[in-house]
Amino acid sequence: MAKPKLGLYWAASCGGCEIAVLDIHEKILDVAAAFDIVFWPVALDFKYSDVRAMEDKSIDLCLFNGSIRNSENAEIAHMMRAKSKVLVAFGSCALEGGIPGLANLTTKDAIWNYVYKESPSTVTKNGGTYPQTHSMMPEGSIDIPEMWETVKSLDQVVDVDYYVPGCPPQPEQIWGVIEYILSGKPLPAKGAVLGATDKTCCDECLRERKEKKLKKFFRPFEIQTDPNECLLDQGIVCMGPATRSGCGALCTKANVPCRGCYGPPPNVTDQGAKMVSALSSIIDAQDPQEIESILDQIVDPMGTFYRFSLAHSILRRVEKS
Amino acid sequence: MAFEPKIIGFLCNWCSYTGADLAGVSRIKSAPNVRIIRTMCSGRVDPAFILKAFQLGADGVIVMGCHLGDCHYQEGNYKTIRRLPFLRRLVKGFGIDPRRLRLEWVSASEGDKFALLVNEMTEEIRSLGPLKLSVHHEIQQPVAHH
Repeated sequence: MAKPKLGLYWAASCGGCEIAVLDIHEKILDVAAAFDIVFWPVALDFKYSDVRAMEDKSIDLCLFNGSIRNSENAEIAHMMRAKSKVLVAFGSCALEGGIPGLANLTTKDAIWNYVYKESPSTVTKNGGTYPQTHSMMPEGSIDIPEMWETVKSLDQVVDVDYYVPGCPPQPEQIWGVIEYILSGKPLPAKGAVLGATDKTCCDECLRERKEKKLKKFFRPFEIQTDPNECLLDQGIVCMGPATRSGCGALCTKANVPCRGCYGPPPNVTDQGAKMVSALSSIIDAQDPQEIESILDQIVDPMGTFYRFSLAHSILRRVEKS
Repeated sequence: MAFEPKIIGFLCNWCSYTGADLAGVSRIKSAPNVRIIRTMCSGRVDPAFILKAFQLGADGVIVMGCHLGDCHYQEGNYKTIRRLPFLRRLVKGFGIDPRRLRLEWVSASEGDKFALLVNEMTEEIRSLGPLKLSVHHEIQQPVAHH
């Protein structure tokens, strides 16, 4: 029997998800033995045309990382959807926009203006130029992908079968997912989140939790924290209560608050709204003015609460003013 | 056609909803622009409900609960008094005028206050104009990953 076919792709991402796949170490040889890898731009020399020539649904499993940021990302997302039996949104960016999704805090125009005109390291002539999607050369025309105004998650563009969260997904979780698929056991219901649990990050965190009552928030550099006590108890904004577990609470083990990369827990659509809820319950004040002054201490709530999930949140992007 | 504001009102069952009822039985006239959703407590109003209202086309949201100290569940509205100003910051962060989200206390005997607030809010939203969000043009609804 022919080996099942595996495809991997990166759209708007940093490449960390690809490294995470390689971080399963020698087990990658088991993956190579079990699957026929037919597409993996970061590691193997396949062309888009190779995949386009394949029959629809001929790839058994596609792990797709990265958000959809430009027309090329979208084109390949549609292609991989058509060619794959099972399409997995792999990693925070594919799931919910991830770090690139933070671009939804501003506009394409503002980003381009800074990058191509105003940044101190940019030398411009005649006020600077923007990249053109279409340009004519003596040898013919050149087309490059068009950057979108709004960053999208994979499931806002194509139909997605499963989700593997994390920035990046943890290697042992990745191996767990691959092992499960290789075992031939019946696949879970469509839309399931794999490689994670149904509880919040706090459930895996080893720090000791007490009754929370906060009058002051700190940024991590402002205080020396106790390594055994809950960071939130100590006034550090930790995304644990509004984040799905599965990572093993790695960040809090390293004295760093949870950044929320595993996305919202089950049945929560908006991580930021959940975080507002969680923090509101533990702020120890009843006077409106005192409440406002405590809230002032939480610097950049948008960037903190939606660090990975802005593009997949209820409102998806900041409105242009 | 003239703009008619669509306002979602989340009213707590024990005080504000009864207050709205009193406004009704007392035949107090008020603007018809507030669509009321009854919740058991103002503390039951998940911030996601409010964002969802904006996503689905509400021009404004008003949350009404019992006066502080009167909560049927002892401290539900103390959660609300922190949650709403916090959420207002997030709403502002999304580029929405924070005046579109309001928190008020209305007791069961304050039918007149209910009517006054409804009229006030309606006029305020009318002057702000319709809320236009790019998410309104997206077809798909966000789904919770289960």
